Amino acid sequence: MTDIRYLSPSTLDEAVSAFAAAGSAARILAGGTDLLVQMRAGSVRPGLIVDIKKISEMTAIEETADGGFRVGAAVPGAVLAEHPRFGKVWPGVLEAVNLIGSTQVQGRASAGGNLCNSSPAADSVPAMIAAGAIVTVAGPNGRREMPVEAVPAGPGRTHLKPGEILVSFTLPPRPPGSGDAYLRMIPRTEMDIAVVGCGVSLTLKGGVCTTARVGLGAVAPTVLLVEAAAKALVGSKLDDAALSAAASACSAACRPIDDKRGTIAYRTKIAGVLLKRTAAIAAQRAGGN
Amino acid sequence: MNVITNNKWIGQRTIRPDGVDKVTGRAAFAADTTMPGMIWGKILRSPHPHARIKSIDTSKALALPGVKAVVTARDIVDFPVDKSVMLGIQDMRWMCRNVMAREKALFPGHPVAAVAATTEAIAAKACELIEVDYEVLPWAIEIDDALKADAPILHEFNKFEGKPSNIAGKLEVKKGDIAQGFKEAEVVIERTFTTRPVHQGYIEPHACLISVAADNKTTIWSSSQGQFMVRAMTSYLTGIPQSDIRAIPAEIGGGFGGKTIVYLEPLATLLAKKSGRPVKMVMTREEVMRATGPTSGSKSTVKIGAKKDGTIVAAQGTFYLQAGALPGSPIRGAVGCSFSPYDIPNVLSVGYDVLSNRSKVAAYRAPGAPIGAFAVECVMDELASALKMDPLELRLKNAARQGTKAAHGPVFPRIGYVETLEAAKAHPHYAAPLGKLQGRGVASGFWFNAGGESSAQVNITEDGNVVVTTGHPDIGGSRAAIANVCAELLGIDYRRVSVLIGDTATVGFSNLTGGSRVLFASAMVVTQSTEKVITTLRERAAKIWEIDPEAVKWENGAAHPASPNAGQFEPLTLAELAAKAPQMGGPIGAGVQLNTEGAEGGFGTHICDVEVDVELGIVRVIRYTAVQDVGRAVHPGYVEGQMQGGVAQGIGWALNEEYIYNRDGKVDNPGFLDYRMPVCSDLPMLDTVMVQVPNPKHPQGVKGVGEVPLVPVMAAVANAVHNALGKRFYSLPMSPPKVLATLEAEG
Repeated sequence: MTDIRYLSPSTLDEAVSAFAAAGSAARILAGGTDLLVQMRAGSVRPGLIVDIKKISEMTAIEETADGGFRVGAAVPGAVLAEHPRFGKVWPGVLEAVNLIGSTQVQGRASAGGNLCNSSPAADSVPAMIAAGAIVTVAGPNGRREMPVEAVPAGPGRTHLKPGEILVSFTLPPRPPGSGDAYLRMIPRTEMDIAVVGCGVSLTLKGGVCTTARVGLGAVAPTVLLVEAAAKALVGSKLDDAALSAAASACSAACRPIDDKRGTIAYRTKIAGVLLKRTAAIAAQRAGGN
Repeated sequence: MNVITNNKWIGQRTIRPDGVDKVTGRAAFAADTTMPGMIWGKILRSPHPHARIKSIDTSKALALPGVKAVVTARDIVDFPVDKSVMLGIQDMRWMCRNVMAREKALFPGHPVAAVAATTEAIAAKACELIEVDYEVLPWAIEIDDALKADAPILHEFNKFEGKPSNIAGKLEVKKGDIAQGFKEAEVVIERTFTTRPVHQGYIEPHACLISVAADNKTTIWSSSQGQFMVRAMTSYLTGIPQSDIRAIPAEIGGGFGGKTIVYLEPLATLLAKKSGRPVKMVMTREEVMRATGPTSGSKSTVKIGAKKDGTIVAAQGTFYLQAGALPGSPIRGAVGCSFSPYDIPNVLSVGYDVLSNRSKVAAYRAPGAPIGAFAVECVMDELASALKMDPLELRLKNAARQGTKAAHGPVFPRIGYVETLEAAKAHPHYAAPLGKLQGRGVASGFWFNAGGESSAQVNITEDGNVVVTTGHPDIGGSRAAIANVCAELLGIDYRRVSVLIGDTATVGFSNLTGGSRVLFASAMVVTQSTEKVITTLRERAAKIWEIDPEAVKWENGAAHPASPNAGQFEPLTLAELAAKAPQMGGPIGAGVQLNTEGAEGGFGTHICDVEVDVELGIVRVIRYTAVQDVGRAVHPGYVEGQMQGGVAQGIGWALNEEYIYNRDGKVDNPGFLDYRMPVCSDLPMLDTVMVQVPNPKHPQGVKGVGEVPLVPVMAAVANAVHNALGKRFYSLPMSPPKVLATLEAEG
């Protein structure tokens, strides 16, 4: 029964000042595929909604001068899928973003919203972490950058400061021989939430893995960057021993809970299984480049 | 087989009359109805699994601006616990306590009060302002917990073997001498199985709009499987006579048995009566999942004994089924159906109705039968292995046939069970090669089917077309099938026949849509009505031609002289006779009301292939063939749809569906995200084979087809998983964590 104010500013400055001025009662609206559901369920009752979709920087996809990509925080999954180049360079990030919700939801849902909603099971986040994406945030004190993995603080909480808005993701340029992939375990085949999600990005040179990053979702309060798993892959030819070591590192990194979506034992075990399968796809894509 | 092949419309895949409305969004479901001055009703629900209600203070809610009425159990007609008042299979003692908690709240989500206000938000706010003083009591959710010696007792008045108990009923069927039977057995398999409660999963949440005039004349728009059930239950629970209530059935968005009882209608009626305003109520999905009937969870022990040659000599089953918080689990289906596919000389089948602090169960597609079949058909599979027999051969050797006396009483007439087994055996699916980590299982199932009360009116319009009104909400294609039947009999294009579902004031009493009874019963009354209409049409033609009515025959939509002896006349079409009706005796139409008899049980045999991802514990169904004796497929497309729908629901039940409870005794997954029904991409094409053994007791040979296809599914899937892995799952669902844990534990 409380009134809700709705603003749709066309500049980031306007958005930041309105958002910061309203304090904790304000919510950012990108695709709204989490926010509107939470409002309907009565778990969130915002006094101000700041719709960021009219801010061009938030909905732009740019290729940077060095060959990387900058993706606006409010770019819907369906729009990212239609980009002629993005999915060729970052197929794993794209497949992860495109797993957020159903086909209908993809018309709205964004990677920025997925990150800021801060669910440990968010599909796009492990892939973004694996990709080494850096986010730009804007707040009352100007802009700053941080790695994706530094954003989530726990379920539903982020390390963004009061008044800060997530603006964009910057993905680094890809050396030749690189590939990425994202896999999740769900009991169904679609329309479900990850029981475990795994993103892997790697670069191969002469069959040897030179760099690797691994993101693991739904196994801890936040999506994890699993450096030990990456370390196990780097320097190897992705042979069984290296993959087993990386899988064990993933299982060891798990700090999951027993809940309606899976048990501790189950999540811990399949984190390793997914690592092996995801790394195999990433390696295949790297070889195909 | 006695299949009639010269029909024009019966057996055709005619276009469904509700199709365009449904795909264009024009179909009016209960939640689409509005009225001037309408207000909104909301329910305050118990947060506790078990609590005595010491007091309810509604004063703050009533004082909130916009609130027009509040009702509690005091406003609902009480049915004292010591005197049963039955309406069909429902006991009003339990219905009055289910729609609103009376002495105690019995499950989380149990209604405690209801509010009507000018907006939904005000009604929700008012619910928060109602102060309920609860004395929280210990609770029991699972069967084993409810049956412990020191279990919390839900109802002190409920006694079993002389003592307060959570066992609310026992049902036993017997045939022969079970002890002697097992003595003769050379191979005996006995196993215990558990299944979880599963929800019907209809897409449309319960909804109604109700207006009560100052003189109590009440109009109900609601979605249900029976407008007459809605009228009767609302009348019982509000005290308004049935003659003052008009229940109008909305288009229904799925029921599967779950809409055979009321939840909202009595509350909305009382709110409308108190407020003087039409009241609309629409459940949220969460309310549907917390407070409306799933079917029972179960614990079953089945023991089957056979001779070495495969002759089954004895079978025993003990089935504990959860009723939820008030008596009434479908033990009849488990006890009666489980052994019915087999001719077994000695049978003992016993069911127990177990109370616990979860929502009261409601009917779900062949209520109880899939639970029993899961246990029996898995034991049959083990028995076949032990005897080194093909599982279909074991079933064929022991199959029920014409003349077999079923343990639950009847002697089977001509039935088509053997034909389903033979068709399954001959199907290419049964011989197809399997890959690594793939397996194949088979299972059979039986459902009683039903007849009962049905009414219909067939009227010829002034322009010579036809309007048929029946009294059963159409949840399985009955309108299209009835149009086929009526068009066939009248010899006209089926598009000239409109079939409508009447409300309680415009058509005679018709029992629920349930038990796979609707086409059986309504085709019977529509046939008789149409035959009366044809008699009238022949009489009219005879009058015009001035000959004897016996000398007129009805063919291809027109009256003709029956023979050259009758005279030379140009045929009189339906349209011509309709045009002459005012001069020749008045309107043409006929209605028939019957308590239909002769429904015969149905049998199915299913083949399922699965593939198991042993690293993730995921079972995928990769091929499925359902074979069923469908009597006569009046509309084959709908029959196949029923078969596929039943299989899809069974696969969900087998693999992923379950209520998950948290430590506070509350359902933790009250929505479709975490209550995992299968989505389209989870399923392969579900192949169907219709075996047609017409029911000799029905004018079109109809047998019920809607429920049988759910009965064998869980066992077929479990048997396939066993075949793939060499491991048997005795408890459902076979969800990934459970599958992986089992694989790891046993190496």
